[in-house]
Amino acid sequence: MGFDQYHEPPEELPQQTRTFARLCASLTEEAEAIGWYEQRLALESDRDASAIMRDALGEEFKHFCMDLEFLLRRSPLWREIARGILLQEGDIVEHGERSEEQAVEGAAAQGAPLTGSSSLGIGSLRGATP
Amino acid sequence: MSHLLREHAPITDAGWQLLDAEARGRLTPGLAARKLVDFSGPHGWEHSATNLGRVRALAEEPGEGLVAAQREVLALLELRAPFSLARGELRDADRGAQDIDLDALDRAARRIAIAENRAVFHGLKAAGMSGITEAATHDPIALGEDCERYPRHVAHALQMLLHAGVEGPYGLALGPEAYTRVLEASEHGGYPLLDHLREIVGGPLVWAPGVRGAVLVSQRGGDFVLDVGEDLSIGYERHDADAVELYIEESFSFRVLTHDAAVALTL
Repeated sequence: MGFDQYHEPPEELPQQTRTFARLCASLTEEAEAIGWYEQRLALESDRDASAIMRDALGEEFKHFCMDLEFLLRRSPLWREIARGILLQEGDIVEHGERSEEQAVEGAAAQGAPLTGSSSLGIGSLRGATP
Repeated sequence: MSHLLREHAPITDAGWQLLDAEARGRLTPGLAARKLVDFSGPHGWEHSATNLGRVRALAEEPGEGLVAAQREVLALLELRAPFSLARGELRDADRGAQDIDLDALDRAARRIAIAENRAVFHGLKAAGMSGITEAATHDPIALGEDCERYPRHVAHALQMLLHAGVEGPYGLALGPEAYTRVLEASEHGGYPLLDHLREIVGGPLVWAPGVRGAVLVSQRGGDFVLDVGEDLSIGYERHDADAVELYIEESFSFRVLTHDAAVALTL
């Protein structure tokens, strides 16, 4: 069994980082599968085989979205950046630049936890309900 | 592995999620200072001191033809609230029990929230930190027993800040006793006192356990800074067959940058 999803010694990584890495690997695999099915469908002439692969492709879309949602829930800054880019009309690069800037500044002002920290992530409570 | 040694605790991932969520939920309502002062950080556990940008002369010169000065810093305070949980309760939580006894964690959360508020609003001499009320240059205002006069006292405090050139918005930290009085009171005509005070202040009214009386503070930013190294975290100390010893910990310093940007209201 391979452990390629780990870039650092797994025994030194916190449990939540190992889980995060597993889901990152899973997201990559789903994206690869989507790419493979798109290529196969582009060439397949057998109608039944195409129907099966389209069904399988739908499964990969679902898996990719579930993996992504899990990762976004565990990474508030990523989630904030994604919020400004995903499912938006207009220029993707412009959305990306603006979303990153706003999310990073906002996270810094709110005392977002350091990467890899296992703090409670409370930070600043300015603007929170009294 | 971080210095919190969480991986050494006999606690499952689900158990840690339960403890972190419980601590977060119990801490947040009482962390009044974080609702009213600037927050810098978290800078990490290795962050040991806040730069004050000042130097002091040495008592003796280090050598002929040399000039020396030593940097002044404000060392961070490490604050820790230990607590103990029964391992049986944590095992029950893993089985799906939803009425887990986490009272010890809740009490630790309350202790550390109160200590942080006290350090920010009233200072901690042993750690070399001056609090907002200690550093304030305005004379304190006595709130007295009559709640109906509270709006007048708060308005007076607000005028003191305006006269000093400290612009709004403002926020009001209310100690538990003052908060209860305000919450229970209504003025002539039944208008809730809390709403009236909120209109006067123009900013948040915050329940502040550990605060004596009340404190009106500027909310314009740049006047008060909570400098955090490690933000509030749960760490592991030791365990035996029956119990696991944990703690809530943080490291921080606090500075008042503008001494006339707050007014204390005493009971």
